[in-house]
Amino acid sequence: MDSNLFPEGVKRCGLPKFLLWMVFPTIILLWGAYAAAKIFYYGIGVTGLDNYFGFGLWITFDLAVIALGAGAFFTGFLKYILKIDQLKNIINLAVILGFLCYSGAMLILTMDIGQPIRAWFGYWHPNVHSMLTEVIFCITCYCTVLIIEFIPIILEQKQLNKIPFLHHFAHHLHVNMALFAGIGTFLSTFHQGSLGGMYGVMFGRPYAFREGFFIWPWTFFLFVLSAVGSGPVFTVLVCTLIEKMTGKKLVEYKVKALMGKIAGTMLCVYMFFKIIDTWAWAVGYLPTVGMTFDQMFYGNVYGQWLLWTELVLCGIVPAVMLITPSIRNNPSLLYTAAILDCIGVSINRYVFTVQTIAIPVMPFDNWEIYVPNWAEWATSLMICAYGALVLSLCYRYLPVFPQEVKLNKK
Amino acid sequence: MQQMEFDTKWTMVVDVDKCTGCGACMVSCQAENNIAPMEEGSNKLKTLTWMLVYELNNGKEFPNREVAYLPRPCMQCGHPACVPVCPVVATTKDEEGGIVSQIYPRCIGCRYCMAACPYHARYFGWLDPVWPGGMDKALSPSTSTRPRGVVEKCNFCHTRLMDARARARSEGLDPNKLPDGWYQPACLEACPTGAISFGDVKNPEHKVHELVKNPNAFRILESIGMDPQVYYISRRDWVREQSDNHVAEDKH
Repeated sequence: MDSNLFPEGVKRCGLPKFLLWMVFPTIILLWGAYAAAKIFYYGIGVTGLDNYFGFGLWITFDLAVIALGAGAFFTGFLKYILKIDQLKNIINLAVILGFLCYSGAMLILTMDIGQPIRAWFGYWHPNVHSMLTEVIFCITCYCTVLIIEFIPIILEQKQLNKIPFLHHFAHHLHVNMALFAGIGTFLSTFHQGSLGGMYGVMFGRPYAFREGFFIWPWTFFLFVLSAVGSGPVFTVLVCTLIEKMTGKKLVEYKVKALMGKIAGTMLCVYMFFKIIDTWAWAVGYLPTVGMTFDQMFYGNVYGQWLLWTELVLCGIVPAVMLITPSIRNNPSLLYTAAILDCIGVSINRYVFTVQTIAIPVMPFDNWEIYVPNWAEWATSLMICAYGALVLSLCYRYLPVFPQEVKLNKK
Repeated sequence: MQQMEFDTKWTMVVDVDKCTGCGACMVSCQAENNIAPMEEGSNKLKTLTWMLVYELNNGKEFPNREVAYLPRPCMQCGHPACVPVCPVVATTKDEEGGIVSQIYPRCIGCRYCMAACPYHARYFGWLDPVWPGGMDKALSPSTSTRPRGVVEKCNFCHTRLMDARARARSEGLDPNKLPDGWYQPACLEACPTGAISFGDVKNPEHKVHELVKNPNAFRILESIGMDPQVYYISRRDWVREQSDNHVAEDKH
């Protein structure tokens, strides 16, 4: 029925089947929209956040998706600046994912700030000392860059591309894409770093505080490295998920393996510095504020298992797996390493957000447990549903995967 | 970050040994600052408690157990963690006297300052303030009410400082050199045991100038270097030991 809209030469399922699939994310989206409406109407008091946990699931979710969305800027940098041509086969998906992750994070932020209509104050009354100001500027600018990078993919839709003006417009955007990729790389590097810096400068919070270089604490650099060490494999995982769901081959395996190699190399660099950082923090910094390594952990919810899982199982293990050619070239092992890698970076964002503020810094204070409630889950899942809906539409109607026709020839 | 120094430094000194934990300071703070009662007040993690009284104990079992009560307003830190992190300059420390201000109409409610403050002295308005049964008729006229969605905190009853300065001007005195006792926060006024003292620590004519030199005076979390303007006094070792974190080999 809608086959005239499909990309050239590809096969898609029938419209009823597609619409049936779209019902599931739509239900979740509506559930999230209900929660969002409640939050906007009654205030953030309807969430599980409290005075102890000003930051919770939303900020963890934001930081995690932004790290995983780093595939966009890093793949763009490698493709357009370093000219690694093979990546042209996955760059469209990386850009769409980056756009979804960043726009999703911004949607969450509109709920997360207590006064959404004052969101523009960040530009009007900026505090140049605040890492969050840097985040606000970079996230907006980079989201704009992602929109600019996304537009030519939309304009290449078969019917739109027949309109001469749109065809030429898309072409010119493509020609200048190296410029946008460069700007995007700069903005996103700073943004990822500033998110780490946000925690690293909190000198009243010994779990997160770090010394550093110039105005940037070490966490600034660690966040950039961990994002580029996980973003590319998240793109690979999403690509594989679409392949499994549609039963088609969309990207050549060697491209995925290359993405794995890139992420693995960056993950190795990250793990090297992360381990040194953790060691220096535990034996160097903590004693200076009278605290011990053991005091940083509590029970199962905030146990040391989180740290070791992040560093070893979801850090060193996938790093080694991804840089070892024989493992990387085995699809199951590559995907396993990719999943571990993405879990590791998510744990890192979780502990920096929640564990940091759960630790009682005053000796007579208590540990508190944070449990997100339905309103936070619903709105976070709403963003996932939004991603699924947009990605489904993109896959069906836009030429996202240049190799699809060739790889699926009978 | 460079630390700003002022000629006047408003300082609170709390004698922990005199505090009975009655909570009068908390109640007077709520009334003075127009803090609305919460529908579900039993959830202490969502209430607005600018002044909070902590219960400390010596860790021993009855009959050797001892308790102490430690009122905790905003520490008005000399080197505040909350100020540099605020993305919109809604909180600053730039007025003579060194009180950390909070500009409610500027705050976007990002709660970064709350995450940065280890004293939990900052509070967020989670829900719309509601004053039941005509309580809104009894609001303090000198203090603004806040909408939901902004961070608020103790400001040493700043409006009282404004009133004291106005009185000084009308009596021909220097408003920046107020006599001792002219400016008193509500918690001090309500304290039945006289545990709270307040004044300019740099003015030798003010009682707190001497009090902070007491060998039993301490501040909370000195090692982190936030330089609070709230001091505590206790003659009991176990109370002072709970003022900061100390690794095993570095006990008092």
